[in-house]
Amino acid sequence: MPTLAPIIAANLLVEVDGAYHLIASRDRASGRTIFPARPDSDDRYDSVLLPPEGRLWSWTVQRFRPKSPPYAGPDAFEPYAVGYVQLDGALIVESRLVDVGFDDLRIDMPMRLVPHPFTLASGVVRTSFAFAPVEEAR
Amino acid sequence: MSDVFIIGAGIHPFGRTPGLSGLQQGVYAVRQALAQTGLGWSDIRFAFGGSDSAGNADTMVSELGLTGLPFINVANGCATGGSAMFGAYSTIKSGEFDLGIAVGFDKHPRGSFSPLPADWGLPDWYGETGLMLTTQFFAMKIQRYMATYGITPRTLGAVAEKAFANGVLADHAWRREAVDIDTILSSQMVSDPLTKFMFCSPGEGAVALVLASGKRARELGLPSVRLRAAAVRTRPPGSFEVFSPALDLERGGSPTTIASRAAYDMAGVGPEDIDIAQLQDTETGAEIMHMAENGFCADGEQTAWIAEGRTRIDGTLPVNTDGGCLACGEPIGASGLRQVYENFVQLTGRAGRRQAPGNPRLGYSHVYGAPGVSAVAIVER
Repeated sequence: MPTLAPIIAANLLVEVDGAYHLIASRDRASGRTIFPARPDSDDRYDSVLLPPEGRLWSWTVQRFRPKSPPYAGPDAFEPYAVGYVQLDGALIVESRLVDVGFDDLRIDMPMRLVPHPFTLASGVVRTSFAFAPVEEAR
Repeated sequence: MSDVFIIGAGIHPFGRTPGLSGLQQGVYAVRQALAQTGLGWSDIRFAFGGSDSAGNADTMVSELGLTGLPFINVANGCATGGSAMFGAYSTIKSGEFDLGIAVGFDKHPRGSFSPLPADWGLPDWYGETGLMLTTQFFAMKIQRYMATYGITPRTLGAVAEKAFANGVLADHAWRREAVDIDTILSSQMVSDPLTKFMFCSPGEGAVALVLASGKRARELGLPSVRLRAAAVRTRPPGSFEVFSPALDLERGGSPTTIASRAAYDMAGVGPEDIDIAQLQDTETGAEIMHMAENGFCADGEQTAWIAEGRTRIDGTLPVNTDGGCLACGEPIGASGLRQVYENFVQLTGRAGRRQAPGNPRLGYSHVYGAPGVSAVAIVER
């Protein structure tokens, strides 16, 4: 597997045996799963990994460059897809969607978590996350 | 416990006013509201006011007069105006004071809002990677809703067409030109399925309301409406809100559904009793979904309602009779009070060319915003 740029934030994304997972927290009292993860120092929560696959719950396309701050991407802008992906047994997570044509986006399509290289305005690259369509078995 | 009445309402036209600060527009609205009642600033016992990005409301005393009155600043995001009115309502209801003002104003730069993640309890990466946009939230909420309930883009377009048609008739509206549905549907896509003409824009404007106890209102004998309910609610479990990196699998209600229910309980009326409604329409999908969340129709019935024109000014339940946020823009601090202003004007029969027919008696207003807060008010002639 090629070496990735540093992950954009601590406690966000981890590779386990070649598969990437988002890191979340589970409330010890209620069992509720929370993303983004709580700080490790918060002992009311256990750290858990979210399932890497799910189904698209909703989507849109970001067609104008978001304002900076908070957006830290380059000045040059290409529209990108955004969606919520339902991860059964856990949560519905918001994410960029990659490797899919805007016209091909459908609610309920199977999606899988992938590491996503994100270029900051400074030109520095960091690894963020995205979901991509699960390739159909042939 | 005193009854609470709105006895005067003033507005600075929404849109862009390069020569005036947001605060100055607020002062303008207060003066207009006072002039309508014949009262002076020195008669006012207290005030609640606020803006999101145009300064501290209480500095208005420099222009209005140093009477020493308690003036409480309210900062509650998109519910700032609704919260100011809730404060004024509760103050009079408690019997503490019998005459007060709720004022909201704002002045935003052009373009979308630029929130900072830390202000919303979120990590920086959420904003840095381009996920922290209100427009994305509204688009994804209506996208899911359309797929679930079979609503089509044409219904989205019809809501915007109605808004601009109503805005033509409203002196305080920003957009005063009708836009036909085909132009709306074919305009630039902003965040699928929503086009440019389906979104409101951050803008400028100000609204002030004069509130009085029942006793004081009767003494003054002015055209007035009774504030039957004012409810502010934050989000319940399982809701879908602006700026949410994740949602619970178990889906629940919304701040709107619980604020709405609380308001109906307070007023002792139901949605079927309401004659006219002003609903949060940040974009056209929001108006459609809020029709159901506020109890006016079942999920999915909006297609028929809108096709039949039931929410037009001459319909069975006129919605957003001044064109709402779509035609007036959204100066955050003023927006919720504009809705109450519009109901006041409609119920007192002073809405001119946009007057809803049939002498509307009960008016409903609903404002919603980040990070999941809704304010509902019900007024009665």
